Amino acid sequence: MGILDSKVPSGPLAEKWTKHKNDINLVNPANKRNIDIIVVGTGLAGGAAAATLAELGYNVKTFCYQDSPRRAHSIAAQGGINAAKNYQGDGDSPYRLFYDTIKGGDYRSREANVYRLAEESANIIDQCVAQGVPFAREYGGLLDNRSFGGVLVSRTFYAKGQTGQQLLLGCYSAMNRQINRGKIQPFNRHEMMDLVLVDGKARGIIARDLITGEIERHSAHAVVLATGGYGNVFFLSTNAMGSNVTAAWRAHRKGAFFANPCFTQIHPTCIPVSGDHQSKLTLMSESLRNDGRIWVPKRLEDAQAIREGKLKPTQLGEEERDYYLERRYPAFGNLVPRDVASRAAKERCDAGFGVNKTGEAVYLDFAAAIQRYGKEEALTHGIKNADAKEITELGRKVVEAKYGNLFQMYEKIVDENPYETPMMIYPAVHYTMGGLWVDYNLQTTIEGCYCAGEANFSDHGANRLGASALMQGLADGYFVLSYTIGDYLSNDIRTGPIPTDSKEFDAAETAVKERLNKLMNGSGEHSVDYYHKKLGKIMWNKCGMARNAKELQEAIDEISALRADFWDNVKIPGKAEGMNQELEKAGRVADFLELGELFAKDALHRNESCGGHFREEYQTPEGEALRDDKNFKYVAAWEFKGEPKDAVLHKEDLKYENIELKTRSYK
Amino acid sequence: MNLTLKIWRQKDAQSKGQMVDYPIKGIEGDMSFLEMLDVLNEELINKGEEPVEFDHDCREGICGTCSLQINGEPHGPDRLITTCQLHMRKFNDGDTIVIEPFRATAFPVIKDLIVDRSAFDRIQQAGGYISVNTSGNTVDANAIPIDKHTADEAMDAATCIGCGACVAACKNASAMLFTSAKVSQFALLPQGQVEAVDRVQNMVRQMDLEGFGNCTNTGACEVECPKGISLENIARMNREYLSATVKG
Amino acid sequence: MSGLTKSSIARKVVMALSGLFLVFFLGQHFVINVTSVIAPDTFNSWSHFMGYNGLVQFILQPILIAGVIIHFVMGIVLELQNNKARAIKYKKYNGGANASWMSRNMIITGLVVLAFLGLHMYDFWIHEMDYKYISGNPEDPTRYLEETIHKFEPIWRTLLYVISFVLLALHLWHGFASSFQSMGVNNKYSPAIQTFTKIYAIVIPLGFIFIALYHHFNPITH
Repeated sequence: MGILDSKVPSGPLAEKWTKHKNDINLVNPANKRNIDIIVVGTGLAGGAAAATLAELGYNVKTFCYQDSPRRAHSIAAQGGINAAKNYQGDGDSPYRLFYDTIKGGDYRSREANVYRLAEESANIIDQCVAQGVPFAREYGGLLDNRSFGGVLVSRTFYAKGQTGQQLLLGCYSAMNRQINRGKIQPFNRHEMMDLVLVDGKARGIIARDLITGEIERHSAHAVVLATGGYGNVFFLSTNAMGSNVTAAWRAHRKGAFFANPCFTQIHPTCIPVSGDHQSKLTLMSESLRNDGRIWVPKRLEDAQAIREGKLKPTQLGEEERDYYLERRYPAFGNLVPRDVASRAAKERCDAGFGVNKTGEAVYLDFAAAIQRYGKEEALTHGIKNADAKEITELGRKVVEAKYGNLFQMYEKIVDENPYETPMMIYPAVHYTMGGLWVDYNLQTTIEGCYCAGEANFSDHGANRLGASALMQGLADGYFVLSYTIGDYLSNDIRTGPIPTDSKEFDAAETAVKERLNKLMNGSGEHSVDYYHKKLGKIMWNKCGMARNAKELQEAIDEISALRADFWDNVKIPGKAEGMNQELEKAGRVADFLELGELFAKDALHRNESCGGHFREEYQTPEGEALRDDKNFKYVAAWEFKGEPKDAVLHKEDLKYENIELKTRSYK
Repeated sequence: MNLTLKIWRQKDAQSKGQMVDYPIKGIEGDMSFLEMLDVLNEELINKGEEPVEFDHDCREGICGTCSLQINGEPHGPDRLITTCQLHMRKFNDGDTIVIEPFRATAFPVIKDLIVDRSAFDRIQQAGGYISVNTSGNTVDANAIPIDKHTADEAMDAATCIGCGACVAACKNASAMLFTSAKVSQFALLPQGQVEAVDRVQNMVRQMDLEGFGNCTNTGACEVECPKGISLENIARMNREYLSATVKG
Repeated sequence: MSGLTKSSIARKVVMALSGLFLVFFLGQHFVINVTSVIAPDTFNSWSHFMGYNGLVQFILQPILIAGVIIHFVMGIVLELQNNKARAIKYKKYNGGANASWMSRNMIITGLVVLAFLGLHMYDFWIHEMDYKYISGNPEDPTRYLEETIHKFEPIWRTLLYVISFVLLALHLWHGFASSFQSMGVNNKYSPAIQTFTKIYAIVIPLGFIFIALYHHFNPITH
């Protein structure tokens, strides 16, 4: 186990980061000009890192598969970003944010990293406001907050239902400033195909120009991977179509350990699947649970009548509805953490109470909120004796101001008006807490290869709280990497430019080309999507919301077989030279087919239920998750050994010095 | 439903393209427009033909990657949505659907339905930012109160997803709505005032350099904008530009 | 001039200002013409004033001509640039779905109005120049109404006038309010500007049409 050194600084928790920043080496401004950094991925983590590093004086090259950095999938985050500002005076503090995050993550994240995140959270808001991010404000002109799942304070800052978009555009504007100065060279529509190691250190990447198909070599003194999560291993997820694991997986194959791959977040409020043609799932922000009440019919026959279209949900009275979250978790009610809410929905649907054609949907109802807000509005506007219609109209306006764009999105997809009939929702794959193992400095087990944002494993344990992903991405990018990477690069001030004509680059480029050729030369039996959908089915059915040893073992075998089939029989039309979206997809699916197997192996080895990882064998009589701190209070970091199933486990024991481990309860 | 698709096919930037007809069967109303194209592509791949390449990513209307001129309108006949949010229930059995790339000299075709919209990025690089270091050492976020109305207006401008529908819809291929949305967001906020003069001049200069057309206030952009960005932003940018010219 | 045209926004503003000036001139022209129907003597005396007042002849008239030329030249320049901005056209372009016919066809309505201006200048302005400066005829403050009514005797000319004014109405319908937007005015008064535009775009051309038809159907019989 000595192999994993988390490099957490000594000293009291609240002083670790400050002390660390004071202790580490810096690179002087003149020397920064001679150092190149590659940043792969331009979402919040990558974009923020690129902007900050360029601003400090390093020469930065960014890579993204999108046509512009500002299209990275961080843009789709809706609800908000957490920060321990305590503007509401409701008792918030960095410690409380830290505590909530550790507890929300079911005690499977690293204390020091999470505390640093909570500490930096307040800076993020200051930074973003200074950059011109138009956060929502109250009438007094000060910033507004809302509440998210799993916490008892209001600490979530938001910009309508488009917080991720606004933060990313802020980040992108910071990048633009550096692009304009010539300090960032953006390589858009470029995909990282492999990591290049020279003397054991990350010294560059091989990239494919997605327009010309050209294979390019890019060298640097350090490589930052900020390439997001791997939720698309499930085929259907809320991720963008192009979101992939390739960069992280290529690094894993070169020696970066992959940590807790099985920790996946299934988000409870997504629009249900409508048919086989479905290509992706759409999230309805968690913020909706502030005002929406989740329910299914109490009686099975009512559920059946609804499924058959004979009964409308609005026809059911209060006493005929089962607000199961409020019933099971009175303290947190509809705002329990995501993993808990998702499992509860699955439980009701499995028991036959589902409310759409497929039986896989529950209601999210705003009728009560519309009435409540309507009455409040009538009161504040001095409207006496408002009738029911007026109240509904007033309340509707409040709800529209808060969630208008989400409601519109829902109506476009489902063709039902959520102001009048309750929304239907069902859990869907949304976020992956697992990722490349990193130490306190965000360095992977490959020297000089850093990993930030969703792509690393560090901050969310086995379950992420809402509005924390944006926080982590920006904290990593703006405020952490800028210091920690300097510590590493201080040894490189005399290295000079890294040549790209070395044998290491030759070998890496040749391997990439061979792999592409192999993909192009499949027998031509099935399309890439055919394999991706098959993989997704295996993952969802056997590695999804509830898992068991038997099915996980089956999944390992099935994925392994599917992968062999893929390499023999995949069909990719066209050529590798020039733009070829099928070839792009194929490369990504090939990596998912390896990751999926490691995912199942990780889930199989973790004989406990914690956070998003629920093993049917390990639950309480009431169906709550049963954690095993004695045997599994560690990060499972896997070392690549040829085949995913042969990966070797390394454990980083998690030490809780500031928090007492408890059974997570939201009752 | 069964449909006839007329799709622009073009091998690469240098090649000459043409419209090609594709009949397609068994399309359901619940499918999104892009899922309908997925079905077509799956068929083409199985027949050994090259699939139709089109830009798309988030498929939930926020990344701004998807484009397509559908029956002569960007993002199709529905309003306030992107192509990925357009559902086939908007069409009828037997319809012919014409699908073309967004057309503008500043948006050259890369392949089939994919165009290069990097002109937008260059406009933003010319000044679409506030020059503040990302050190975190700024003033407290609540130090400068911003009245709610102004903050909301800035947000409305900031919701632009940079998809290019405004350019595609405009008979002049003008990028005024996009540029003005970006200018407006910063013009409205106190943080953006310091660089206001340079920002609007630099961004407009870059916009003109990219070869977009002139705005003639037809208002097509506002109608077709998936995010409902208002023409008021264009008027605001005109004001900003005029006052910058006077001051600058 | 280059300062006025160096950016797309500056070009818009030039278009708007020259357009607004022409709109103002049009109104003024209309007021004078109306007198030809309701107060013939006033028409003659105003026309004479306009024709012989030095300020009008040597200051305002050149400004007006410059306004027309600038508006016309800039309109053509914009059109050519706009055309170039979409070198490859759509196979199918459903412009009617998102913008009015008027706003999309300013170049057509504008060119028709320009052609009409040619006829109008030939009919009246060239005649005046010839009368005053080339042939050197003496001042005659009573000739204007009769000359005007004579012009409307042929049906073809009257019809051309009518058609031109219909197109002018379409041009104004978009152009008038649009010029405010170009100059950055888009606020709570904009709906009122829109309404005024529509009234102006209908009433003024309709008035001109009425005058043309009135004179056509009420010829001077000697």
